Amino acid sequence: MRRNVTFRIVVDPIRCDGFGHCAELAPELVTLDEWGYPILQAEAFPQSDRELRRSAQLAVRGCPRQALTVQKIIAAQS
Amino acid sequence: MIVTIELTTRRVLANHLDHPKSLSEHEADFGPINRLSITIDVLRDSGITGRGGAAFPTAKKVEFLLQQRRATRYVVVNAMEGEPAAHKDRMLLATNPHLVLDGAMVLANLLNADSVIVCIAREHVKTITQVKAAIAQRGSKRLQGPSFEVQSPPGRYVAGEESALVHWLNSNETLPQYRPTRPSILQIGRGGVLLDNAETHANIGLIARHGAEWFRSVGTTTRPGTTVTSVTGNGKALVVEVPYGTPIRSILSSAGINYEPRALLLGGFGGTWLDGKHLDVGFDDDSLRPFGAGTGAGVIMALPHESCGVAECARIVDYMAKESARQCGPCAFGLPAMAEDLKALVSGRNATQSLSRLESRSDVIEGRGACRHPDGVIRFVRTALNVFAEDFNHHAAGQPCQFAQSARVSYIPHQSDVKDLEWE
Repeated sequence: MRRNVTFRIVVDPIRCDGFGHCAELAPELVTLDEWGYPILQAEAFPQSDRELRRSAQLAVRGCPRQALTVQKIIAAQS
Repeated sequence: MIVTIELTTRRVLANHLDHPKSLSEHEADFGPINRLSITIDVLRDSGITGRGGAAFPTAKKVEFLLQQRRATRYVVVNAMEGEPAAHKDRMLLATNPHLVLDGAMVLANLLNADSVIVCIAREHVKTITQVKAAIAQRGSKRLQGPSFEVQSPPGRYVAGEESALVHWLNSNETLPQYRPTRPSILQIGRGGVLLDNAETHANIGLIARHGAEWFRSVGTTTRPGTTVTSVTGNGKALVVEVPYGTPIRSILSSAGINYEPRALLLGGFGGTWLDGKHLDVGFDDDSLRPFGAGTGAGVIMALPHESCGVAECARIVDYMAKESARQCGPCAFGLPAMAEDLKALVSGRNATQSLSRLESRSDVIEGRGACRHPDGVIRFVRTALNVFAEDFNHHAAGQPCQFAQSARVSYIPHQSDVKDLEWE
């Protein structure tokens, strides 16, 4: 049995104040709505994609409100 | 003015309406309160679901809390009733307060909780007095069991949301909280919290007396029991108690509404619109689901043909936008933007883009708040666009209907302390 590890980023909407740094740092994962608040990719990406993981990490670290987190999803794969 | 009228199924609503039942009247009607108890099996077999709108099985909440090791537990009765179209909790507490307290008491004993907190919006001064009087009457009985107290947070729309209410009890702020993990645990200090609607507690007060089978004898299999429904129409607001699954037509006629409505607003301001031709559908979630509707907090508003659905929506969404706690961007900015588009549609001026913008913004805003407030408004707007499709198209084309400026069916409370959003 192999473990299928994926990740996505999630935002605490209360903390988020719409600075928009995440969309600059991780444009593959985040777009902004018309008010400047992030719309996150709903799908999860494979943990093996190092470039995407790097972007996600940048966005998480670059958020002035610390509203973003990386969520790891571990699913058993038969 | 709220009036109720006689109906065949009257379980939690009292027969008289002029005063709250005293403890002796209550015990004469329902039996003594000193040996009341309920087991988790009875609660599960009864199949009771929450009456506050989400219809979550109450037994599951209790089981979840029982699995956790906690030194202290609290039972919270939610009678905030921030929904302007709903009057049921106040009606219950103003006539049968002890039934609600009985339900809270048996749940507290089941959970080994020390205290019961009844939350009533501070604007509802009369209800607070009535419940405090009822608690004082019980105090003289020296019952084994939890202590009772009344808390009165400010009565904003989102104040009744469960995380906002518990946050008030912890920190004196009625702000909904971000809860990424489900099931999420409500806590007062380190104590676990069981929070249920007042009507749910009243029903549990009866289940403790009559058992699960009696409770299931009316209603549908998935939604057993009765629902205390707030019906608005004819310029009046009424509260009626009917079994789940009762056709909407007979609920309306028993509330004295004899006209054929253009449309029905079900569930409240965060609820759903239903076309007036579906009057024979049963009032329960399973029957309403094919029409994209639901019972919500037990609200029916009958919109007459001589009114404008677009204008009603604009007023309600404007109210809901102002009631946002303004914590989350998509809700704080998105809802006022939608309200502006609806206002433009009512007058029919500069409204050519408004319809498509309402649809696209609905998709953008949905699911991006910490609580379900924006999602409720989106659901409201989407079903309105569906039910009033023709009217919306006429309005967008610059031909508003003749009732657009005179629409006054839904009651919108005065919002005195609402300021415009400011950048910090």
